Amino acid sequence: MRVALIGLPNCGKSTLFNQVAGYKAETGNFSGTTVTFTESRVRVGGEVIELVDLPGAYSLVEGSPAEREAARYLDSRDVDVIINVADSTQLASALSLTLELVALNKPLILALNMVDEAARMGLQFDADGLARELHVPVLPLVASKGRGVKGLFLKALEMYRKLEQVQGQVGDALNPEDRHQHAVAISKKYVTQGERRIIWRDRLDNVLLHPVWGYAIMFFVLFLFFQAVYGIGKVTEPPLLALFDWIMKSALSPFAEGSFLSQVILGVLQGIAAGVAIVLPYLLPFLLGLGLLEDVGYLPRVAFLMDAFMHRIGLHGKAIVPFILGYGCNVPAVMSTRTLEEPRDRYIAAALAVLVPCAARLAVVFGLVAFYLGPIIAFVLFLFNLFIIALTGKILSQLTPEDTPGLIMEMPSYRVPTLKNVLGKSWFRIREFVVEAWPILIAGSAVLATLNFFDLAYIFNWLARPITWLIGLPSQVGVPLIFGILRKELSLVMLSQALGTADFKAALSSEQMIVYATFVMFYLPCLATLSILRRELGTRAMLTISALTVIVALLAALLVRGVAIVLF
Amino acid sequence: MRLLDLPLNVHARLLSFDEVRAKLNQYGLYAGDEVRVMRVAPLGGPLLVEVNGREIALGRAVAEKIIVELR
Repeated sequence: MRVALIGLPNCGKSTLFNQVAGYKAETGNFSGTTVTFTESRVRVGGEVIELVDLPGAYSLVEGSPAEREAARYLDSRDVDVIINVADSTQLASALSLTLELVALNKPLILALNMVDEAARMGLQFDADGLARELHVPVLPLVASKGRGVKGLFLKALEMYRKLEQVQGQVGDALNPEDRHQHAVAISKKYVTQGERRIIWRDRLDNVLLHPVWGYAIMFFVLFLFFQAVYGIGKVTEPPLLALFDWIMKSALSPFAEGSFLSQVILGVLQGIAAGVAIVLPYLLPFLLGLGLLEDVGYLPRVAFLMDAFMHRIGLHGKAIVPFILGYGCNVPAVMSTRTLEEPRDRYIAAALAVLVPCAARLAVVFGLVAFYLGPIIAFVLFLFNLFIIALTGKILSQLTPEDTPGLIMEMPSYRVPTLKNVLGKSWFRIREFVVEAWPILIAGSAVLATLNFFDLAYIFNWLARPITWLIGLPSQVGVPLIFGILRKELSLVMLSQALGTADFKAALSSEQMIVYATFVMFYLPCLATLSILRRELGTRAMLTISALTVIVALLAALLVRGVAIVLF
Repeated sequence: MRLLDLPLNVHARLLSFDEVRAKLNQYGLYAGDEVRVMRVAPLGGPLLVEVNGREIALGRAVAEKIIVELR
């Protein structure tokens, strides 16, 4: 038996799915989190059910990619029972889709989700009347708390066994406009608006979207967020690194020092360590914090506040999310471009997000520029980075004219996040990193060790020479630049190996340090990010974005070199 | 009048929006829906409007293409 969940974006389909199937579908208090369907086998009342979570759809006929996916699925597969999840606080909008589904003549249940929220807003439902009008069972549900879930699936089972059919005379052959107005009329008939209990959440937007306080609070929230992420990362990274140091020493002891095997094993272990000890201490708190902000419903507010600024670089407010994420790690930043509807917006947002210096590249800026030349120059370099990103955005958006009129975004109500959901979501995303990016880190690390063993590094210095010559860097930095693509956080370590000293002041001039940091800040994202770029946008986009970053890095480095020559 | 010119907290009805119709229909907005502008972001930012009990952010370029009538 196959049961499909369908409903408007952000109505809680995935939350319901995860309640039954364990955390398998990505959820968020943000429209369009689910873009393809997720399937799972679950057991209900002794029966095995194939449960399908379809992407959010306003209609079966209109055409966003996610909606076409939902319609195609209902069309092509043997769906025995359809569960139509409706956000009961916005029933008028939801019923339009319900009317379309009724016309399909398949066993259908309407689940009124978030009835607790609706009760708070003073909404009362005549569920029986609604059921009579639509000829389908109507059941209340609070998916986030698991209330009504069991009853819903038992009903689905019952309908399946009785092969109950709905008579679809309602809403048949209506055009979308009439259907919509019909839905609004039905909702007016069966929903009565009682006393609305005003609580803090209703007043929150007066502050959080305030023309002055809204921005102040946004910067404060994001500042706290990054402080917390870096704080946790800084505390957890050293012990993990020490642990891996110890593991490497013990693992290598049976092998002869400097043998080929020991070098390759060292490389593999370093790749594993790079994932566990460097990326995870930052990625995990980052994803937890992000999950929290997302489930509360704050991200759409940030998008609302930043829309005017994002327009200047040819995007709209929703594209702010990848940028915020980019400062932690470019991998989740690129993943988050999925929430943008237009392929053009996704492409530009991804191209710009990889120019945002992630934690590993920030380390280079701190370790080289701030440490040797002072924090002020490092800060100027950050501003320069923002300027270059804005400029690149401007140019890219000129090259690919916008075909959408601008921002249209559902603003969800604030919701109290549940720990289970935030943890589940973070785990879901961590797994993406572990499966997609980590193996590449490990393999790349082993390759680097092999090349080192055979002393082949000079080839890379030679290959990178046109670039290093152009921006005035010594030829030895070719290796750290090329292999920095594997692991950006090791750029500094590799730089010191390549130069043969950890005192960069002795080997590089001030000008060269700034130029190196600038180039590292912009050029090619790391291999992990590249693999995610390819998965999200395809091989071609990955290649063009890579080429773009190299060009941007070259021009930026040349510009900085010119300025530095004048200044120093 | 244009949605963009509708004063805050005044109830109106969506009349026509041919240029952005497909997009808005996709978001479940249709002619005849009741609409109210709840707030406007500064510096040329978007409008936050209430339609059928939902809150939707609309960029200015979108809002100027939407014609509304006062109720």
